[in-house]
Amino acid sequence: MLRNRDTSYGLVAITIHWTIAALFVGQMLLGLAPRWTHSMALQFTLIQWHKSFGFLILALAALRLAWALLNKWPRRPVAIERGEWLAAKTVQGSLYALMLVVPLTGWALVSTSTLDVPSFAFNMVVIPDLPMARSEATEDFWRVTHQWLAYATAVIATGHMLAALRHEFWLGDGVLKRMWPARRDERSGDQTKRRHTAARR
Amino acid sequence: MSYRTTNSISSAGLALALFCFTGAVQADPLAEAAGEYRIEPSSHIGFRVEKVGRGYLAGDFSKFRGNFRIDGHDVGRSNVDFVVMPASVRTGEARMENFLRSDALFDVDAYPEIVFRSTSVRQTGPDSAIIEGDLTAHGRTNKAAFVATVGQRSGRDISFHVQGSISRSDYGMDAGQSIYSNQVEFDMQLQGSRG
Repeated sequence: MLRNRDTSYGLVAITIHWTIAALFVGQMLLGLAPRWTHSMALQFTLIQWHKSFGFLILALAALRLAWALLNKWPRRPVAIERGEWLAAKTVQGSLYALMLVVPLTGWALVSTSTLDVPSFAFNMVVIPDLPMARSEATEDFWRVTHQWLAYATAVIATGHMLAALRHEFWLGDGVLKRMWPARRDERSGDQTKRRHTAARR
Repeated sequence: MSYRTTNSISSAGLALALFCFTGAVQADPLAEAAGEYRIEPSSHIGFRVEKVGRGYLAGDFSKFRGNFRIDGHDVGRSNVDFVVMPASVRTGEARMENFLRSDALFDVDAYPEIVFRSTSVRQTGPDSAIIEGDLTAHGRTNKAAFVATVGQRSGRDISFHVQGSISRSDYGMDAGQSIYSNQVEFDMQLQGSRG
């Protein structure tokens, strides 16, 4: 149940997937929220939380990538054409990359900032800055990069999510269920076959 | 003269000379330094706050005014009146300065001055004293103590190296405490000139 199988993801991949998804939504809000308040104290607090969750996502994304490299990947379901499968894998691969690169650009942003505020994740762990030179210009570059990559991630993730919902509610092919903990009686067997059987009844 | 007489005259002479010498050294500096001094703009009002992990946030205040009076007979009767304008904070980073001026920290619009009035001066050594007094900042007043050491003296001028540590939470300025220390270390060079 922990490891991936031919027909579905395991609990480790599933847990990390949905945790990162939820954290990403939170991070978009935390990243934008400072603009919605005039209070500099609140802005400071929001940004420190944003940094904390950013480092958490980076750690989870690295874990997810390592897990993916050490595990087998679920096979292409019978219901999915090769072309669509390639598109799906491209989107998913992009999200893997973005989940690592977006927090890394954030790390570069604080590391090059002339504000020189230490990163103290969840007031528990000091994260050292990356060995980069500080300057306003460099900080601006990383801020813009971080921002736009975050927006791009939001767009791609939304597409990814809409596609999954399409498979679940429109096509009914059980693809979304591969990234969801299975009930005990569904543990074995190809779920796509089961879905088609149910539809035919 | 006999050996004993010569000896006692020499001893007496030596004792008299020592008395005059030490007497002169003790009376001289304080009486000479006595007077009302204006704190010169050339003074340096520096501070630093330790950051978690490494380093300090350091800076100074460029606008301040004040005076101190040295009592020529009793140092304990000396006093200090000092006002700093927190809006004049300098850290080398404009965004940090704006943050410090905002209602997150100094709130300079509501509290444009930080005031220190001494209530006692206690000499702790030939050149040093502890100055205690009331420090008012951000709408709150608390007791504060500073260590002052005489620097240079020349003519109408005197300088003091003044150090002290303040808990900013005592003044309601506790933003960012997990990252920036609650203790603000003051390191000041006060240049006074009288007359």
